[in-house]
Amino acid sequence: MSGSHLTEMIVFGVLFLIVSVMGFVAARWRRPTTMQSLDEWGLGGRSFGSWITWFLLGGDLYTAYTFVAVPALVFGAGAAGFYAVPYTIVVYPLVFLVLIRLWSVSHVHGFVTPADFVRARFGSPLLALLVAITGIVATMPYIALQLVGIQATLEAMGVKGHLPIIIAFAILAAYTYQSGLRAPALIAFVKDALIYLVIIVAVLYIPHKLGGWSHIFGAAQAKFDKTPAPGDGTLLNANNQLNYAMLALGSALALFLYPHSITSVLASKNRNVIKRNMAALPAYSFVLGLIALLGFMAIAAGIKPITSNGKADGNTVVPLLFDHLFPSWFAGVAYAAIGIGALVPAAIMSIAAANLFTRNIYREYFRKDASDSEEAKVSKLVSLIVKVGAVACILLLDPQFSIDLQLIGGVIILQTLPSVALGLVTRWFHRGGLIAGWVAGMAAGMWMLYRIPNPVTHKTHFGGSAYPLTDLGFDTKVTVYAGILALLVNLVVAVVVTIVLKAAKTADGVDATRTDDYYADEGDPKVVRGTREVEEELAT
Amino acid sequence: MADTDPRPRRGDRSLWNWLLVVPVVVPLLTFLFNRDKPRLAGFPFFYWAQFAFVVLGVVCTAIVYLKTRRASRPAGTKEG
Repeated sequence: MSGSHLTEMIVFGVLFLIVSVMGFVAARWRRPTTMQSLDEWGLGGRSFGSWITWFLLGGDLYTAYTFVAVPALVFGAGAAGFYAVPYTIVVYPLVFLVLIRLWSVSHVHGFVTPADFVRARFGSPLLALLVAITGIVATMPYIALQLVGIQATLEAMGVKGHLPIIIAFAILAAYTYQSGLRAPALIAFVKDALIYLVIIVAVLYIPHKLGGWSHIFGAAQAKFDKTPAPGDGTLLNANNQLNYAMLALGSALALFLYPHSITSVLASKNRNVIKRNMAALPAYSFVLGLIALLGFMAIAAGIKPITSNGKADGNTVVPLLFDHLFPSWFAGVAYAAIGIGALVPAAIMSIAAANLFTRNIYREYFRKDASDSEEAKVSKLVSLIVKVGAVACILLLDPQFSIDLQLIGGVIILQTLPSVALGLVTRWFHRGGLIAGWVAGMAAGMWMLYRIPNPVTHKTHFGGSAYPLTDLGFDTKVTVYAGILALLVNLVVAVVVTIVLKAAKTADGVDATRTDDYYADEGDPKVVRGTREVEEELAT
Repeated sequence: MADTDPRPRRGDRSLWNWLLVVPVVVPLLTFLFNRDKPRLAGFPFFYWAQFAFVVLGVVCTAIVYLKTRRASRPAGTKEG
C-alpha cells in the first residue's frame, strides 16, 4: 500500500467517523417526546422545513451510485449517458402538482407509504399489497447498489476484502435503528456539502490540468470514433435519440414512485416546502451534469478501469480519476463524499422499505390493531433485516445481479404509476382495472427486458433497458425505453378493464378520501380514525 | 401522461401551472439540441444547452411557486 493511499484512507476514515457520530446524535436533534411511532421514527415528525428537506431530498435522490454510474456510462457510451440531466430537469415540474396532493391527503389521513394511500383511495388491500411489494422489490437492489458505490472508492484506495463494507453498513444500520429518518436528514448536510465542494474543485481543477474543455471533448470523440460500437459518441445519433428522451421521461415518472422519495416528501412540514424544493432541487441536477462530464475527463486523462475477474469495472473510473489527478488528501475527501453519499439514501431506502412492510403487510395481514409503538418497533427491526439482505446481495452474488435488478426495478416501479400518481389525480379507475393493468405491465416489462441482449457484456438477456423495435417486427434500428412501453400496456389494460367492469356494474372499492383532503395544509384537521373505520362508516 | 397535465383543479387552480409544461417538454426534444455547434467555452451545444435547461426549469418552477403559494394560514380554503 502506497503512502498516498494511506493519506486517502485516513481522511476518508475521519470523515466517516464524524458522520457516524452525527448519525447517533441525530436521535436528539429536534427531539420528539417519543420516538415510538412511524411519524417520528420513519418521517422525522413530519416537520422538516425547506432547508432540511432540500438537503434530505438531494441526499436521497442523487445517490452515490448515481455519482459513480452516470460518469461510468458517459465514459463508456458518451452522450447517451447524459440522459441523467434531462431526467432530473423534467422530474420536478412534472411532479409539482401531484406531490402537493399526495402530501395533503397523507397529512389528513396519516399515510406513511404510497401503498397506504392506494389502500384508502381504492379500498383494495390487494392493490395496496401489489404496490407495497413492487416498492420493496424495486428498492432492495437500489440499496445494494449503494454498496457498489462505496466498494468502487475502496477499490481505488487499494482496500481489499469485504470487511470494511460490512463494518460501514453495520454502523449505518445501528444509527438508522436508533435515530430513524433524523439520521440521514442530519448526515445529508455533510454529504451534500462535500459533494458540492468536490465537484466545484473538480470542474475547475481537472480541465485546467487536462488542457481545457475543447481538448476533453476532442479526446472523448477520438475514443468513440475508434470503437466499433454504433451507439457511442459525444452526440446522439438517429437511432438512440428517441430512447434518450424516453429514458429521461420514464426515469422522471419513476423517481417519485420510489418509496424512499415519497418518505422524504412526506417528512416535510407543509405544501410550500415541497413547492419551494421543486424549484430549488435542480441545483443538484446541475452538479449531476458536471459529475457526468467526469466520464469524459477520465477519457482525456487516459484512465483505464480496474479489471476484476477479466471484466473491466467502469464504476472505478471516477475514483481512479480522483486518485490520479487530486492530491491524496483531497482524493480522500472526494471518496468520503461518495461513501457518505451512499449512506444517506441507503438509510432512507431501508426506512421506506421497512415502513411498507409494517404498514401494508404486517398491519394489514397479521396485526390489524398494531399500536403506533408496535409499528415503530417492527419497522426498526425490518430496516435492519433489509440492510443485512443488501450486504448479502453484494457479497454473495455477482454485483452485476444487483445492477440488473435495479434496471428491472425502474421498469416495475413505473407499473405503480396508474394507482399512485393517476390515483392522486382521478378516481376514475376501477380497482380491478388497476390490478389487471399492473399484471399486464409487469409481464410486458419483464418480457421486453428478457429479450434485450448486450453484445458488449456478452449477455443474451437483461442486457439493458433499450428495447429494439425490430423485436416487434418493425424494420428499424430505433430503440425505445422498455419501462414506458410496459407502462403503456399497463394503462391500456387498466382503461379497458375499468370500462368493462363499470359496464358490468362490478363492485368497486370505497374511496376513504374526500376532494378537500387533497388541498389540506399544515394546521388543517387530521382524520383521527383509520382507513378501515372510515370505510365501514361510508359503507353503511 | 395525465400527471404531466397541469389542468387546473379546484384548490390548486391557476393558469400559471401551465408554465410547468415548458421545462417538461423542452429537454425531451433532442432534435433541438443534438448538435456540436455553437460551442460555449469548449462545450458542444448538446451539453451547454442542457445545462441551460436546468436554469429554465428552475425559473419556470420558481415562478409557478411564487404565483401560487398560499399564505401560511388559513389553509385549505377554497378559492373564489
